[in-house]
Amino acid sequence: MSEIVTFTIDGRRISAEAGQTILAAAQACGIYIPRLCHKDGLTPVGGCRVCTVRVNGRPASACTQPVAAGIVVDNDTEELRSWRRQIVEMLFVEGNHFCMFCEKSGNCELQALAYRFGITAPRYPYLWPKRDVDASHPDIILDRNRCIMCGRCERTSRDLDGKSVFGFVERGIHKTLAVNADARLADTDLDLTDQAVNACPVGAILKKRTAYRTPVGQRQFDREPIGTSVETRAKLTIDGGEPR
Amino acid sequence: MVTHSNTRRIEISPVTRVEGHGKVTIHLDEANRVTEARLHIVEFRGFERFIQGRPYWEMPVAVQRLCGICPVSHHLCAAKAIDHIVGGAKLTPTAEKMRRLMHYGQMFQSHCLHFFHLASPDLLFGFDSDPATRNVIGIIGANRDLAYQAIMMRKYGQEIIKATAGKKIHGTGAIPGGINKNLSVAERDALLVDIEQMKKWSRDAVELARQYSVTNIELVKTFASYESNYLSIIRRDGAMDLYDGGLRAIDAGGSTIFDHVPNAEYLDFIREGVRNWSYMKFPFIRSLGEERGWYRVGPLARMNTCDFIDTPEAEAARKDFKALTNGRPNHMTMAFHWARMIEVLHSIEMIERLLHDPDLQGTDLVVSGERAREGVGIIEAPRGTLFHHYRVGDDDLVTMCNLIVSTTSNNEGMNRSVRRVAEDCISGQPTITEGMLNRIEIAIRAYDPCLSCATHALGKMPLIAEIMGPDGNVIDRKVREP
Repeated sequence: MSEIVTFTIDGRRISAEAGQTILAAAQACGIYIPRLCHKDGLTPVGGCRVCTVRVNGRPASACTQPVAAGIVVDNDTEELRSWRRQIVEMLFVEGNHFCMFCEKSGNCELQALAYRFGITAPRYPYLWPKRDVDASHPDIILDRNRCIMCGRCERTSRDLDGKSVFGFVERGIHKTLAVNADARLADTDLDLTDQAVNACPVGAILKKRTAYRTPVGQRQFDREPIGTSVETRAKLTIDGGEPR
Repeated sequence: MVTHSNTRRIEISPVTRVEGHGKVTIHLDEANRVTEARLHIVEFRGFERFIQGRPYWEMPVAVQRLCGICPVSHHLCAAKAIDHIVGGAKLTPTAEKMRRLMHYGQMFQSHCLHFFHLASPDLLFGFDSDPATRNVIGIIGANRDLAYQAIMMRKYGQEIIKATAGKKIHGTGAIPGGINKNLSVAERDALLVDIEQMKKWSRDAVELARQYSVTNIELVKTFASYESNYLSIIRRDGAMDLYDGGLRAIDAGGSTIFDHVPNAEYLDFIREGVRNWSYMKFPFIRSLGEERGWYRVGPLARMNTCDFIDTPEAEAARKDFKALTNGRPNHMTMAFHWARMIEVLHSIEMIERLLHDPDLQGTDLVVSGERAREGVGIIEAPRGTLFHHYRVGDDDLVTMCNLIVSTTSNNEGMNRSVRRVAEDCISGQPTITEGMLNRIEIAIRAYDPCLSCATHALGKMPLIAEIMGPDGNVIDRKVREP
């Protein structure tokens, strides 16, 4: 049996298995730490920084930082909430995100986090980048307007599907999601049944002809705002022992 | 601003702030006679262009965003066009009836909003009444029951939209080849609770509009009126059908120009003209040419084109309406209001009929068939015939979009009405009064164009009218505060 270590998040004492990430340990105890680039089952990379916490005062990404005995983790502080809000706002202005008619609306993690953080409009100017739509594949559409460069598709395709369909090219503001072919998604070996097709947290990779099938009010985050499943489902092991 | 040496120009700008700014210009000669009067739509929206390259299934949800007033009409019209793309034009009974229910809910709430909130202050208080109270707040003060009824009727229509589209504004109910939900028994029963009240209020509204028309018949006969052609879709048996049917056009005498034209062939019968002073196009009937082929759409047009209405109370009201002109086409612009309320009554009768139809609880929601590259949808929106036309590539992205919006079809009609009012009320007058400006607006407002929404009671923008001297200097200026 693995070693159990004890530490605190926002002053609450948490028990976790040594080697667990802070994000996973918190989640097991019913504490939701927001994240975009990480998905359960994928190797974490700490890319988006939405899960940033302070560990003994130093910023760290909760999805990659392992727990250690006695560490003091700050998660739900005004400073960290503000940082996370700003990251999400920057993601909104960096792409072309039109929630009002996006078919991912209601099932989109970026939108759901914006709602969770109370973002009504980003404070930064929109960049309105020119991005391409690749609709060449008969069953899957790649809309780069909505890509937040989280890399979930890349890791899922490589690690779970064993295909490496997706990857990134260029740097900085010019960084673009590319496909493993000369130009088009249709020329890759991406298949409708690949897990990578379902890996996108936003509306960049979508199955064709499935849009708007779920009525408003019954979509994923209509029924359960992001994070609440973690917060209500899990048993807490905190002082007092009462579920949150 | 350039003025001709011996003319003056009155400008009303903005007329509105909704889905396109509008302004009115009236040119006067040295004897203050009107030489020209125009309604300009000065904002460009560009939807037809920027939805190119988007996947076709986005159209019903994306294109409805061009309007915040009648999005349901665009939502359904786009869906009808896209149905052809997916080979699903023959909907299941549940899907078609859910869409119809949504559409009648939209018709009901939109017409009520226009009549009670926007138009009724003119009708109840008079064209020259104090603008400080000639608005919906004035209605609340003067007739609390009517104001309450207006709000509750609008709410009822919005609840129907929510139950069918998922949201009161900009929902997602209609999807290519069908609908994404049925009507639960709980939703149905909740809507049935108030149906009798809504029917009663609808009858009252018809009576209010009828009374206005017959009491003020001399005004109604002439104000902003013009003979014109009329266009709508029509059911195979000649009944008014707001959701589906072939195109019918009649001339000013009531003779048929064309009938039961399949939607996909609309371009063989309708063309759009362009003029250099307005971003809004000027559609016309191709066989008659641009000069004579302009036509009007909307409630008045539908009363003129249909042979009958397929609900008993609205049909009785229609006969009453037709009796005013001995069965001939009614060209009275102010009769739009009466016709609109007859459609409110028809809509609530259809809503009741549909709510009692068990097909709405069906679970067969979507069909698909052979993929096509082109689709045309035509629907009767509250403001008139609405066309959506898309071409789609093999990669499912839209390559072409053509929209003829109801208000666009009424462009020439509104311009003629503005000209008529200017000639009747302003021509030869040395100064302009607030009442004159209001008459111009009343003429435009009768059509319930999308740009009417903010012109009046709810508007926050003042109307500005200026008389320009020959040298372009302002020699008289009136500002009407909202």
